[in-house]
Amino acid sequence: MRNILAIIEREMRAYFNSPIAYVVLTIFIFLSGFFFRLYLAQVMQMALMSQMQAQQFGPRPIDMPGMISRGFLSTLSVILLFLMPMLTMGLFSEEKKRGTIELLLTSPLTDLQVVLGKFLAAGTFFLLLLVSTFIPMAALYLYGSPASGPIVTAYLGLLLYGLSIVAIGLFISTLTENQIIAAVLSFGMIMVLWLVDAMANYADSPTSKGVLSYLSILSHLDDFMKGVLSTSNIVFYVSLMLVGLFLTYRSIDSLRWRG
Amino acid sequence: MITVENLTKRYATKTAIEAVSFQVEKGEILGFLGPNGAGKTTTMRIITGYMPASDGTVKVDGYDVFDNPIDVRRRIGYLPENPPLYLEMTVTGYLRFVAKIKGVLKNNIDAEVARVMERVSITDVKDRIIAKLSKGYKQRVGIAQSLLNDPPVLILDEPTIGLDPKQIHEVRQLVKDLAGQHTVVLSTHILPEVEQTCHRVIIIDRGKIVAVDTPQNLRLQLQGGERVSVEVQGPGPEILSTLKAMAGVVDVQKVAEDDGRHRYLVEGELRKDIRSDLARTIVQRGWGLYELQSTAMSLEDIFLKLTTAEAESETPNA
Repeated sequence: MRNILAIIEREMRAYFNSPIAYVVLTIFIFLSGFFFRLYLAQVMQMALMSQMQAQQFGPRPIDMPGMISRGFLSTLSVILLFLMPMLTMGLFSEEKKRGTIELLLTSPLTDLQVVLGKFLAAGTFFLLLLVSTFIPMAALYLYGSPASGPIVTAYLGLLLYGLSIVAIGLFISTLTENQIIAAVLSFGMIMVLWLVDAMANYADSPTSKGVLSYLSILSHLDDFMKGVLSTSNIVFYVSLMLVGLFLTYRSIDSLRWRG
Repeated sequence: MITVENLTKRYATKTAIEAVSFQVEKGEILGFLGPNGAGKTTTMRIITGYMPASDGTVKVDGYDVFDNPIDVRRRIGYLPENPPLYLEMTVTGYLRFVAKIKGVLKNNIDAEVARVMERVSITDVKDRIIAKLSKGYKQRVGIAQSLLNDPPVLILDEPTIGLDPKQIHEVRQLVKDLAGQHTVVLSTHILPEVEQTCHRVIIIDRGKIVAVDTPQNLRLQLQGGERVSVEVQGPGPEILSTLKAMAGVVDVQKVAEDDGRHRYLVEGELRKDIRSDLARTIVQRGWGLYELQSTAMSLEDIFLKLTTAEAESETPNA
């Protein structure tokens, strides 16, 4: 555990010693704020219209904070899709390029500790991003009374989604010495997992249709956003994360053999 | 302290080292000498547990590298060919990180980091960013890193590469000072380095060990015999024939002639000192003896002889 903590600490320092942390944080906070404001404007306009309709047809209550939070939190998953590869691209590729991987792999650390340390470091930074969205969300609680259930499940969904993206990015960064290549490959990989259910509509057999739509990384978020916790969605993200971690672990092993 | 047996590493397309066996005693400095690409780095990487061998075993302090990798790594300080530095960190920050992953106890970290910085004289740059340091300082930070947690075995891959002569001297002195308490294996392709620092030398070429001995013995073995350079004043042809006729002399070559003084290279039989006989003969004849000097074959000559002899006898298979 101490070893893992040492690696997490070093990675966090590396993030904040380089521009990456600040760029990613700034862009994320700006974009999430932008979308929050956008949803707020949209929902307010809808409220205005429904008020006018209410004069003619009688009152119809709308859940303003709920609509805003649902739209806002769903959009976060898309912003994360673009930004997360920046957090994972250098985790192993930089170590390979600079030769520091040789230090890690000849220290009295197990490969598993190295992999988990890196994973949790990027995970911690991701958590920081999620926490930054508490600020606009707090505004909803300040001026309205949103139902907390769907918000909690939405955050849980985003957490699982983000960690599985981190695991994929971590694996891809073991494959190359070049950060840019790692970022582009991770982005492409996640994009494929994102768009795979669009292909499902054109699948020939019901089986392949089922498989394709099951693999979609975003569709599993829908239930979380609606406040529904289903085991199958949780299992999906946890499996994706474990596959990513396992591939990373194996990739490090193969790195040793190939030298 | 280190036992290497039958070590072989094959890659998909080539064999990096083949059936390499040797032992290193406690407190010894062993030099690994060979041209670039001979398999020095591969051997060291296997000993440190960075990569597994295709065949053969390595034991460090009784622990097998393959079966007990963590126990082995705990006992080894390793400086790879490129010092593994996180350039954006300060020297202290970096060494504290390495101390942590090497298992230095929390309360000892500050003292241990201060100790190794003192040992390699980098205390004056402790708060500097590593990227801003000179090559020599970076190398020393790399060595400091390997000394953390006081490992009994040090593996240094080309510790003096890229340093200026003064820094090279300092690093060699440091390595010498480390022997005794540490067992040191260092690799180099610079010959004076092993002559000056190592107790024993392994010459490796194309993945195979071609010689193992002390630098002194290697010289003796390979030289074929003692070589003496003499400068004599007198009748040239007569001197030559007289020297050739002497007992124990294998060969005499005239090297230079200047104003009646002749310089000869006299090769004697193996391990036979012919210097006093030479001097006596020349003086008895009444010739003038200006200089008499034993010229040992340098390790450089031996190295070339060993590695090129092999090249000639082997059909090249590219």
